[in-house]
Parts: sequence; structure tokens; C-alpha cells
Amino acid sequence: MAVDYATLKKGGFMRQKQKNNFSLRLRVVGGNLTAKQLAKIAEVADTFGDGHVHLTSRQSVEIPFVKLEDIDKVKAALAEGGVEPGVCGPRVRTVTACQGEAVCPSGCIDTYALAKELDERYFAKELPHKFKFGITGCQNNCLKAEENDLGIKGGIKVNWKQENCIACGVCVKACRSGALTLQDGKITLDESKCNFCGRCCKSCPTEAWEETHGYIVSFGGLFGNSIAKGEPIIPFIEDHDKLMEICDAALTYFAENANAGERFRSCLERTGFDKFREKIEEVYHG
Amino acid sequence: MAEFQINERVDITDVVCPTTFVKAKVALEELDEGEILSIRMNDGEPVQNVPRSIKEEGHKILKLIDNEDGTYDLIVQKVGE
Repeated sequence: MAVDYATLKKGGFMRQKQKNNFSLRLRVVGGNLTAKQLAKIAEVADTFGDGHVHLTSRQSVEIPFVKLEDIDKVKAALAEGGVEPGVCGPRVRTVTACQGEAVCPSGCIDTYALAKELDERYFAKELPHKFKFGITGCQNNCLKAEENDLGIKGGIKVNWKQENCIACGVCVKACRSGALTLQDGKITLDESKCNFCGRCCKSCPTEAWEETHGYIVSFGGLFGNSIAKGEPIIPFIEDHDKLMEICDAALTYFAENANAGERFRSCLERTGFDKFREKIEEVYHG
Repeated sequence: MAEFQINERVDITDVVCPTTFVKAKVALEELDEGEILSIRMNDGEPVQNVPRSIKEEGHKILKLIDNEDGTYDLIVQKVGE
């Protein structure tokens, strides 16, 4: 029987150097697994693999040395623990995320909730080439948003509330972009310098900032054979639904304009970044 | 600064992160609730980060004073036992 490697790969089975051995990639969202899932993964790696797992560079788990004839049994065993195979090949890949505001004091957005939402919306969606989403909670950028085809970074847009301010001066020093000045008891915010890091409001002892949490989205990042930094188009997106529309529009543009085997970055360069920018601005303002 | 009755002072300019915060936290533990600590810290990373860590511990920050010699005094009122 001929082996359909394309289908296997779509189902997360990566062919190994060793004949008839596959490394099974699992569906992991935002880098989180439950203890129950981990226990099942351990059991399957022991029973069907060689007793070890590999943590991939993009927060997935792979079980190497799975035999071709065991594939169905492996899938069934994993399903008992709420674990599914992941994907490889030309489609939407693992959505990666840092811990975000649910856990991390620096987080500005709930990265895991967003990762789950994007995974449910686009998991394994077929495209001309691979497409990676990465979500990072703040400007510390632990998740390296700009290396993804579409990167999302959390931010906070701030507005000074004079009535709560005690003019202590903490925010002026906490700001790393020199956007704040304190004079005669008044704070001035230079919006052209603000990068939405949120350090001012996070350090403020009297909650003297009005906060709007939102997203900084970058497009066309690459970090493989070629290296390129994803670029933003809209400086700050406040609305969650608008963010989703923009993600939809980016995938639609990629699906409609890219040649088979062409990464998003190359597609944007070939068709013109300005043409794509117009599309995104149309969606944002529409 | 006559507006604050400083009960205790601590100098954290001789240590680096994360010891800066630890030294400040230990000094705060020595105080009683409501007492005021003045923490001397260096410009740069300490002044960017220590005030926020003190806030996250639940204490009340009253003022950050620029000593104009590359150091700052953070005036903190202890909250909790």
C-alpha cells in the first residue's frame, strides 16, 4: 500500500530519517497543556514511541518514533486524554502565546484566550504555504510577535486622570520612551513617543490613568531561511472584533494572492505592501 | 521634603536587580503599618522597576524625589503588618 505522506503530514505526522518512523506533532494552543494531557502524552510516548518527547520551537510537543502501523491506535489513545494531532504543511499552524495578563504582571491582554479563539477560527485552514500566528502580551515581547506571519502584541493606550494624580513622578521614570513629563503637578503625554507598553499605569500608585487595552498587529514576519521583521499597519487596534476582521482579511489576501509555496512575506513583497496596506486600512476604517 | 515624616531610610544603590527590591522589601518588613520609608535608588532600571514592585506588594507610594545626583528617593508608606 502506498503511503499518503501528504495526509499524514496534514495530521501532524512528520516523517523521520528512520524509515517507517514518524514524529507526531500534537495540537497545543498558546503553549498550555493540562496535567491530564501531559500524563496521556507521557503514556503514549512510553507505549508507542521510544519514551521521550520533543518540545518544538513553536510550543508544540512531538512524540518521535511512532510506527506507521500504530497511527490509529496512537490517535485513539491520545483522544482519551483530550489530546489531538497537530498540523504541518501549507496551513495555519500552532497559535503560540506567552502567559499574558491572566498570569504575568506585565501582560496587557489575555493572550491565551485570544490564542484559543484564533485556533478555533483557523486551525489547519488550508493556505498557499504555512501561516504562523504568535501572540505576546506586552512590549517585553517574550513571544517575539514580529517573527510571525501575523503577530499580535498587547498594549495599553493611556489617558491621564488629573483628579487621581498625586504628582509623585513614578510614571515619568517608569516610561522607557520618554513620553511623559511632569511640570507644575501636571503630566503631559507625548503620543508620538508612546509605545503602549503600559508601564505608566502599571506603576501608578493612585490609578491615575484611564486604560484602553488593545492590539498592535504586525504582518509578514519570517525567521527561517530568510529573516524579516513583521511590520504594523494600524498603530493600535482597540476593538476585538476589528482585530478578528483584520486577521480574516490578512488570510483572505494571502489565499487569493500568494502562489503555492510562497510565504506571506514574499507575497506581500511581490504584490506590493501598499496594496495590502490599503486592504487592511479599508477593513479597519470600514 | 517636610511634608513626609520619614521613619526609616534604606539605601539600595549598592545592589542590583533583583536584590534592589529584596533589600527594599526587607526594610519595609521592619516597619509598622502606616510608617514611612525612604528608599534611595539609582537612576535607570531601579527607578523604572522598583516603584512598581512596591506597589504590587500593596504598599502606598507617596512621592519620588529626584536628588539630581543620579539617585532618587522613593517615599513609601507601609500597608499591612
